[in-house]
Amino acid sequence: MTATHSLAAEDLTLAYGERTVIEGLDLLVPPGRITAVVGANACGKSTLLRSMSRLLAPRSGRVLLDGKAVHRLPAKELARTLGLLPQSPIAPEGITVADLVGRGRHPHQRVFSRWSKEDDAAVAAALDATETTPLADRAVDELSGGQRQRVWIAMALAQQTDLLLLDEPTTFLDVAHQIEVLDLLTDLNRTRGTTIVMVLHDLNLAARYADHLVALSGGQIHAAGTPEDVLTEECVRAVFGLDSQVIVDPTSGKPLMLPMGRHHTAPRADVLQSTSGS
Amino acid sequence: MTSVLATPAPDAAVVRRPGPVRFLWLLVVVGLLVALMALSVAVGSRGVGWSDILAALGGSTDNIGQAAVTKRIPRTVLAVVVGAALGLSGAVMQGVTRNPLADPGVLGINMGASLAVVAGIAWFGLFSATSIVWTAIVGAGVAAVFVYAVGSLGRGGATPLKLALAGAATSAALTSFITAVALPRGDIVENVVSWEIGGVGGATFDGIGTVAPFLLLGLVVSLLSARSLNSLALGDELAAGLGERVALARGVAALGSVLLCGAATAVAGPIGFVGLVVPHLCRLLVGVDHRWLLPFSAIAGACLLTGADVLGRIVARPTELDVGILTAIIGAPFFIAIVRRQKVREL
Repeated sequence: MTATHSLAAEDLTLAYGERTVIEGLDLLVPPGRITAVVGANACGKSTLLRSMSRLLAPRSGRVLLDGKAVHRLPAKELARTLGLLPQSPIAPEGITVADLVGRGRHPHQRVFSRWSKEDDAAVAAALDATETTPLADRAVDELSGGQRQRVWIAMALAQQTDLLLLDEPTTFLDVAHQIEVLDLLTDLNRTRGTTIVMVLHDLNLAARYADHLVALSGGQIHAAGTPEDVLTEECVRAVFGLDSQVIVDPTSGKPLMLPMGRHHTAPRADVLQSTSGS
Repeated sequence: MTSVLATPAPDAAVVRRPGPVRFLWLLVVVGLLVALMALSVAVGSRGVGWSDILAALGGSTDNIGQAAVTKRIPRTVLAVVVGAALGLSGAVMQGVTRNPLADPGVLGINMGASLAVVAGIAWFGLFSATSIVWTAIVGAGVAAVFVYAVGSLGRGGATPLKLALAGAATSAALTSFITAVALPRGDIVENVVSWEIGGVGGATFDGIGTVAPFLLLGLVVSLLSARSLNSLALGDELAAGLGERVALARGVAALGSVLLCGAATAVAGPIGFVGLVVPHLCRLLVGVDHRWLLPFSAIAGACLLTGADVLGRIVARPTELDVGILTAIIGAPFFIAIVRRQKVREL
């Protein structure tokens, strides 16, 4: 299961009715890596993700999967290569974890085909990978937020796609569960080579977990590249209109953004110096 | 969270669905249906001895008791067929709209079929049974599209309560229209009134034969939509991400549902609440997987309508209570209970 699929946007313009959200955007998703998309509220991050998974047809331009326009591909064929976890999926009342994860097998099944051994194996592996096997018979609405998010990711895993798009997979989770989910996605990327594209709110977590960072602003890509190249004080000012200091994260060696508001921001040069030097 | 990803399928058995439980329930409801069918043939406003019942089942109509039983056979078949159609139609409608209150009666779709039929009889002199079925289905379809469009207006799209309100308002308006059309026509008004309440009393095998192809088509389309409905239940975005063509899947399933309730209304009048009550009960028994839920709703719908019909013959002896009145008596409190529940949310 090596991820050699290429995903790219070409001169992409996206709009809801009259309102243009993304204009003339070019993007290349590095295969087999983790890409994080960041940007201010309503800058078009989710819209871009929706379009890359063919939920939204482009006004102009194309989204290309292996050189073919995704909006022309048969729906199920696309769904066997590219999976999407939207921000707020709906769990039917009373559905069990195993049943929900099993629904990830939809693109692999035909109208008359029966549940197969492969389906069983895929579901079992997905539950195992997300450590939700003990929850298999529980109802999804009884679970905690962190458990539920792991179950949704298990469903996406059962779909067995080489590309996985996630829209804010850490929303509504406390910090420990955010790390748990991002670690899980990293495992997935390293062991299966799954290409991951995710929209993240938290710049610092994005910088820590992504190989490739994309900063959106005003419907365009403001900067794209390694976290070190993208997460700079200038970039944060341009994209978010926020003053900040960017230092080296002593835990990961990646850039760490410290926001500066109007209060509580008297800089202590000596502390910052010693931290960034370590 | 270690790299256990590489070792697949450690415990496939762990995630197996509770098939035996569902299978047991299947036996129970099928058994119940058979028992109710037997009751429906045996019980009526006229008491008939067992020997005459058996003779009548054998085709004999020698005395008045045997003749009464002979009339009960098509009536039982019709109750089963219409009940199954309404139960299944309601389950599909709830899946398509992700709305726990969806039901051919609540959403005003039966009334759309009724108005079309009444107007057809009054104005265009509709006569043949087939043309009545077609008219009912078209009326049901128009009402379904209209109610869904009205319910989707404004913020938040077609929420459960907005859709139910749109259906109730449409239902009320259509009922007035039906009265307005029928009242000036003394020659048809009596037929219209009894047909409007809904009943299976006047069943003939000819009538059943006329709607059978429509019901069969609706049944096949609905059952084939089961897997799509499972995807749609996760939200439109995720369904699309799973490779479902959302609008197409929704349209096909809705077509199946409209065929079923339109044809059922054509032959038995607008019977309410079966499509509302039955899927909820079935969800408690077999869960939310539509591949189980849909066939179950059909069988349980047949049970409910056959049972209601038998009850209607017993409680109002020596006359009969129309089955549409009984399902309303059973269904209305149920409807209120669903609305009052904390989570009136999308399914």
